[in-house]
Amino acid sequence: MMSLLSVKDLTVSFDTHDGIVRAVNGLGFTLEQGKSIGIVGESGSGKSQTMLALMGLLSRNGHTGGTAAFKGRSLLDMPPAELNRIRGNDISMIFQDPMTSLNPYMTVARQLGEVLTLHKDMSRSEAKRASIDMLDAVKIPEARKRIDMYPHEFSGGMRQRVMIAMALLCRPELLIADEPTTALDVTVQAQILQLLKELQREFNTAIIMITHDLGVVAGLCDEVLVMYGGRTMEYGSVHQVFHNPQHPYTTGLLAALPRVGGEEDSLRTIPGNPPNMLNLPSGCPFNERCPESSERCFSDVPLLHGIEAGHTVACHKREEAV
Amino acid sequence: MNQPLLKVDNLQVRFTVNRNRRWPWEAPQTLKAVDGVSFELYPGETLGVVGESGCGKSTLARAILGLLPAQGGQVSWLGEDLLGLDRRGWKNKRRELQIIFQDPLASLNPRMTIGEIIAEPLRSLRPDVPREEVKRKVRETMQLVGLLPNQINRYPHEFSGGQCQRIGIARALIVDPKLIVCDEPVSALDVSIQAQIVNLLKDLQSRLDLTLIFIAHDLSIVEHISDRVMVMYLGHVMELAPKRRLYREPRHPYTQALLSAVPIPDPELERNKTIQLLPGDLPSPINPPSGCVFRTRCPRAIEACAGEVPALRAIDDEIRVACIRVEQ
Repeated sequence: MMSLLSVKDLTVSFDTHDGIVRAVNGLGFTLEQGKSIGIVGESGSGKSQTMLALMGLLSRNGHTGGTAAFKGRSLLDMPPAELNRIRGNDISMIFQDPMTSLNPYMTVARQLGEVLTLHKDMSRSEAKRASIDMLDAVKIPEARKRIDMYPHEFSGGMRQRVMIAMALLCRPELLIADEPTTALDVTVQAQILQLLKELQREFNTAIIMITHDLGVVAGLCDEVLVMYGGRTMEYGSVHQVFHNPQHPYTTGLLAALPRVGGEEDSLRTIPGNPPNMLNLPSGCPFNERCPESSERCFSDVPLLHGIEAGHTVACHKREEAV
Repeated sequence: MNQPLLKVDNLQVRFTVNRNRRWPWEAPQTLKAVDGVSFELYPGETLGVVGESGCGKSTLARAILGLLPAQGGQVSWLGEDLLGLDRRGWKNKRRELQIIFQDPLASLNPRMTIGEIIAEPLRSLRPDVPREEVKRKVRETMQLVGLLPNQINRYPHEFSGGQCQRIGIARALIVDPKLIVCDEPVSALDVSIQAQIVNLLKDLQSRLDLTLIFIAHDLSIVEHISDRVMVMYLGHVMELAPKRRLYREPRHPYTQALLSAVPIPDPELERNKTIQLLPGDLPSPINPPSGCVFRTRCPRAIEACAGEVPALRAIDDEIRVACIRVEQ
């Protein structure tokens, strides 16, 4: 069966005054219908640029390489007109900050309705009715009344619900969520995550969840891809990655997290700082901060190789151990 | 028990909003950012302050340090009243009370070298210290927080977020303060860097015998660093307890909901836990609910909750809870 989304060897680079920035290097993953994948990494690891590349939303100095196929159709070289039929219709996206991604001059009714009149050829009144239903589905109280309000009249959590409603209006097969709960408080985050889980079950939407919060991934995703310095470090099911992490970066990241109820005295840290993307170290991008690095890590880029079914790691040490 | 270092009693901080009101006869509204907060802080301990955005935790910190005027209540530092201090009085006190801010880069002057930034508190608060001594002290403090002394002439933009936060910590430490208020010091940092800064703060605290107020919205980090934790909601203290007991047996319904909402980085535990979802949104602090401010979202609220503001009462000698439904 054809995968919903299959990304192979994706590269994203930017021309800047200071040289070429290679934000994403050889990323690959596949996503099946109705499944969810979490893309985890720190700031600058390339996780957001990956998604912008898939959606054709890179800034003008950005270049992509590799392939990305959505139901067999290549996304990367698709002409804008065709891409516009897919974006918002089959694939939609929610962003981190709901206030800056909603138009402050338009009522929620118009912003939501626009999606439907554009993609589904609905009339304005039909679109409004469908929008109210969707606001109900994302549990906005008094949707009928609130739909005529402007974004600033909603709280942060409610705005994010509006964003989710807008993204789901056309019943997309794939939802890309770029840090959808990072700007929200924990109790609101819990509400939104709960909502995403319910909607995923109801509409059978596949989700790509971009986040730096491993706890969010643990609750929502089937698979995890850990990125560092624009490369995949580890890729596997949540159980494999959380219970049997293989890459020193994943292990370090999990150990650096303080846990509620944890008794540890001092946190294990990853020494050093994330790499400068303009001037990536040769070999493995994590080599300078890795407790296990050897000479080979500074000369050769480690390739992804399988540890067990569905679990791959890019690390020389693990390769040698197999 | 020893003398508290800092004693805050019924502190009130209000802001007048709607200043440019539409009609001159409309009364200006007040926003009670901090409404009747009381606690003591003992030497050498870390008090964690948690709560969601808008609960008044940063306002509380600023009011204690005299960065915002308080409208009522008392703040005493080793028995001395802080709220009545004038500018000159504060200049003497600031040696003892320092602050670290949330956004590491924004809190550093981009036109000053980090040597100048770190030296500034010493120069302005203790002009009696000779130049050579200042220089020596800057280098010593930089080493203490894990910065290399040869970076002394660099500018803030040359440093990463984690290093900028180290500069902020050095700037607070250089005057040998007794209390440092950390206002969300790690929220803007990446996970792997957060752990470095948290460990640094813990280490410095035990080496220099510091007292910390650690404000954060991340409950797991607060648990990690604090001795006692204070939970705030809409300007009020909901619960104040030693961290072990607060995290193991939260008493206040809000604390319970807050703790259950923290995602656990473990697929089995995260999927099988029960989350107490809070219905609705945070009420407006301009027009808070009568009685208990949490009652509109509380799963255990009864009619009596709307009556009086529940006092923060002692359950035993360690735990204090502001809820009429919690038994002794």
